[in-house]
Amino acid sequence: MRRSKLLYVPFWATYVFLYAPIAVLVVMSFNAGESAYTYEGFSLKWYGELAGDDRIMNGVVNTLIVAVGSTVIATVLGTLLAVGLARYTRSKLLDAVSLMPAVLPDLVLAIGLLVFYGMIQLTLGLYSVILAHGVFAMAFVAAVVRTRLSGADTSLEEASRDLGAGPVATFMRITLPQLAPGIVAGALLAFTLSLDEFVIAFFTIGNAEPTLPIVIYSMIRFGVTPKINALAAILLLVSFTAVIAGQRLTKIGESRAQD
Amino acid sequence: MLKIDGVSRTFGDVTALDGVSLEIGQGEFFALLGPSGCGKTTLLRIIAGFETPDAGTVTLDGDDLLSLQPNRRPISLMFQSYALFPHMTVAKNVAYGLERERLPRQEVRQRVGEVLETVGLSAHASRKPAQLSGGQRQRVALARSIVKRPRLLLLDEPLSALDKKVRADMQLELKRLQHEVGITFVVVTHDQEEAMSLADRIAVFDNGQVRQVDEPIALYERPRSPFVADFVGANNLFPGVAGGSGGIESETFGELAGTPLTELEPGTEALLAVRPEKIELADENAARGLAGSVLDVSFYGGVSHVSVDVPGRAKPVLAAVQGAATLSVGAKVKVRWDAGDAVVMAAGQ
Amino acid sequence: MSRSRGRRLGAFVFLTPGLTYLVVLLLVPLALVLSYTVFQRGRFGGVVYEFTAENFERLVDPLYLDVVIGSLKIAAVTTVIALLAGYPTAYLIAQLPRKWKTIALVAIVLPFWTNFIIRVYAWIILLSGPGLVNSGLKVFGIEPLELLYNEGAIVAGLVYSYLPLMVLPLFAAIEKLDPQLREASANLGASGLTTFRKVTLPLTVPGVLTGSLFVFVPSFGNFVIPELLGGSKSLMVGNLIRQQFLSARDWPFGSTLALALIAVLLVLLVAQAWVARRA
Repeated sequence: MRRSKLLYVPFWATYVFLYAPIAVLVVMSFNAGESAYTYEGFSLKWYGELAGDDRIMNGVVNTLIVAVGSTVIATVLGTLLAVGLARYTRSKLLDAVSLMPAVLPDLVLAIGLLVFYGMIQLTLGLYSVILAHGVFAMAFVAAVVRTRLSGADTSLEEASRDLGAGPVATFMRITLPQLAPGIVAGALLAFTLSLDEFVIAFFTIGNAEPTLPIVIYSMIRFGVTPKINALAAILLLVSFTAVIAGQRLTKIGESRAQD
Repeated sequence: MLKIDGVSRTFGDVTALDGVSLEIGQGEFFALLGPSGCGKTTLLRIIAGFETPDAGTVTLDGDDLLSLQPNRRPISLMFQSYALFPHMTVAKNVAYGLERERLPRQEVRQRVGEVLETVGLSAHASRKPAQLSGGQRQRVALARSIVKRPRLLLLDEPLSALDKKVRADMQLELKRLQHEVGITFVVVTHDQEEAMSLADRIAVFDNGQVRQVDEPIALYERPRSPFVADFVGANNLFPGVAGGSGGIESETFGELAGTPLTELEPGTEALLAVRPEKIELADENAARGLAGSVLDVSFYGGVSHVSVDVPGRAKPVLAAVQGAATLSVGAKVKVRWDAGDAVVMAAGQ
Repeated sequence: MSRSRGRRLGAFVFLTPGLTYLVVLLLVPLALVLSYTVFQRGRFGGVVYEFTAENFERLVDPLYLDVVIGSLKIAAVTTVIALLAGYPTAYLIAQLPRKWKTIALVAIVLPFWTNFIIRVYAWIILLSGPGLVNSGLKVFGIEPLELLYNEGAIVAGLVYSYLPLMVLPLFAAIEKLDPQLREASANLGASGLTTFRKVTLPLTVPGVLTGSLFVFVPSFGNFVIPELLGGSKSLMVGNLIRQQFLSARDWPFGSTLALALIAVLLVLLVAQAWVARRA
C-alpha cells in the first residue's frame, strides 16, 4: 500500500525527540569550560574528576551490591514461583498477587515498605533496599519465566513423573534446563531494573550511604555541572552496550531454540 | 472490455510477469490458471491497483486503469482470505462500499438487503464474521464485492479455503451469480478442475508468461505446449521427433500415432500427449499397441484408473476406464489409442 | 494417591517461598498503608491508633483536591501527546521491512533503558535559561523564554520518559492487523483517511488503551519529574505523598493520598478492561 509521506514527519520527530537530549548531554560532557550549558572547547577533565569523586564511586559500588543482592533473591524466588503457578495451581488470585508489584506504582510500594520497616523498627540501609528491590524484581522474573514455561512442553515433565521422579527431581533435571534461557533473561531484567531504580531506594535507604541514582538526584538538586554529564555519558554507554548485547543474546537464543 | 497489454513486473531478480497480454470480454467468466508463484496473483493485484507494473498498459473499456488509485477503480476484488472487517457485522461489511459512495441511507439498506437475499444470508445480517462458517464468510465476501455493482469482479482463489463439499456448492453458486448479475468475473486459481468447471475461457500461466488462452474443452483436448498438456489434467506424455505421418518417432517405441496441432517440420523434437480416458487397454495378443503389465487399479466410483507399466518408460501409462475395471494387478495388456485422440506438439517451451 | 500427594508437595515447595516473601513485603505493607488512612498522625511522626475521618476530609479540601485534579490533567495531556506522537511512529515502524523494523524498535526502547534520573537531567540542560533551546532561539533574535520549572516542562519530561511504553503496545496492535483489510477497504472505495478512521483505528483500540494506561499510570504518580523540572510551584500527587512521608511526617494523610492514587488507577484499569472486551 502507498503510505503518506506526511507520516514521516511525526516518525522522524519522535526519534529526534528521543535522541537530541541524549546527544546534547554527551557533547556537553566534553566541555572544557565550567558550565553545563555553554560549550567552550574539548576536554576530558570532567571524566578525570569523576574518577576522583568518592561519593559517586561509593554510589556505584552500593548500586551494584543492591542489584546483585536483589537479583539473586528475585531469580530464585521468581523462578520457583513461576513453576509453582504454572504447574501446581490454577488460582487467578495468586496469579494477580505475583504480578501486582510490577503493576503497582513504585511510589505506593515505596511508602508501604517505609511504613512496614518503621513498624518492625528495622534500621534502614542497603539490605532494606535489597529486600525492597527483590519484591518488584521477583514479579518480573516470574512473568518472564512463565512466558517461557507456557511455551515449554509439559509432556517432558509428565514423562519424568511417570518414570518415578518426584516434583523436585523433575524440576532440577527436566524443567530447570528447559527454562534456563528464560531465567537468564529474567535475571538480566531484574538486574537492569534494580540498577536504575530510584523511587523505592530513595524511600527505603534511610540515612545510609546512597545508591548511584540517589547520588545523581542530589547532585542535580544541588546544581548542574559537566561532571554529571560525564557520568551520564558513561552510564549511557554502559546501558546501550548492555541492551544491544542482550538483543544479540536473545537472537542467538531464539535461533538455537528453533534448531 | 479489459485489455492487458505487455504488462511486466519484477521483484528484485524474480520476474513475476513477463510481457503479459490478455483481452477479456464483457460478461465473460475468465480464469487465470497456473501453479503457485506463476505471477497470476500479481496480475490480479495490478488490475486492482495494489501493485504497479514496470511496463505495459491496462485499460477498462478503453480507459486507462493504471493512473487511478485503487479506491477509484470500478473493480471489486474478493480476497483469498476474504478480508472481512472483524469489528463490523455482516450487514456493515456489505454496506461499507456503498457508504463510501455516499448513497442515501435508504438505498444502502435496500441494496444490502437484496444482496444478502441473493447469497442466502439475510438471517445472519447482524452477526460478526467470527460467528460464521467458512462458506458463510465466503458468501459475505462475495456479497460485499458485488453489491457495488462493479464492472469487473476479481476473485483470488475463491474456493481454496473451503472444504470439498461446500466447494462444490459454491462453484455452482458462483456460476449462477455471475449469470444473474452479468458482471465480468476474473478468477485466479491453481486448481485446474475449478478453472475448467467455472470459466468460459482460461489463460494458463507459467513463469510469468501466458502459455495458452482457450475455452476449457479446447484447452483440455488440444494443449499447445508441453507445460499446458502436463498441467491441465492428467496426461500421458511421450517424447520423440515429429514423423512424416503426423505422429512421432519415439526412440524406444518406434512410430506412435497422433495428430499435430500445428505444422511440424519432420525431425523436430516433439511431444505426444494422450489423455487417460482416450487410452484403450487391449488384449496382450492384440496386433497394435505397447505391451505392458498392470501395476495398480484404483476404483473411483464412476471410473477406474489403471496404471500400466510399459517397459522403456519411467512413469507408468495411466488409463481411465468406465466403471469397475475387471483387470487384476500383473495382467499383461497392450495400451493403444487412435491417432485422432493423441496431440502432437513441439517440445521445449 | 501418591500423585496427588506429589502435587501437594510440589505446590508447597514451589509456591511457599515466593508467596511468603510477597505476603510479608507487599501485602502486609499495603494493608498497613490502607489501615493508616483511618488513624491519626502522631505528634512526631508515626501513628496514633485512634479512628478519625479527618484524612478523608482533608483529601476533599480544595487545597489538596486541586493537586489531584491538576495531576490528572498533566497525566492526561502527557498521554494524549504520547499517543499523537506514538501512533504514526508505531504505524510506520509496522510497515518497515523486517530488518529495519527491529532496528527502529530497539531505537525506541534504547533510551528507556538508560538511567531515569539522567534522562530527566537532560531536559534541565535543554530547557534551562542559558540552555540549548534558548541559545537556539537567540540565533533567531528571540528573547530567552522561561521554559523550565512549569507544567510544560513536566509534560515534556513525562512524555520523554514514557513514550516507549506507548509505542510498543501500539506497534504490537498495528503489526497484528491483516494488511489485506486495508486493501479491501481501498478496493471498496475508501480513501486512505477513511480506511484509517473506519478500519485501522477501531481495530487497534486495544493497543491504544494499553499504551495510554502504560503512560498515564507512571505519569500520574510521578514525583521525581515534577520535582526536578516543575520547580517549587508545581505540585503533583506524588510530591504531596512524598512530602507527607519524608518531611511533614504525616503518614496517615500520606497513606490516604496514596489510596486516592490507587483508586484512580483501579478505575482506569477496570474501564480499560471493559472497553477492550467490547472492542
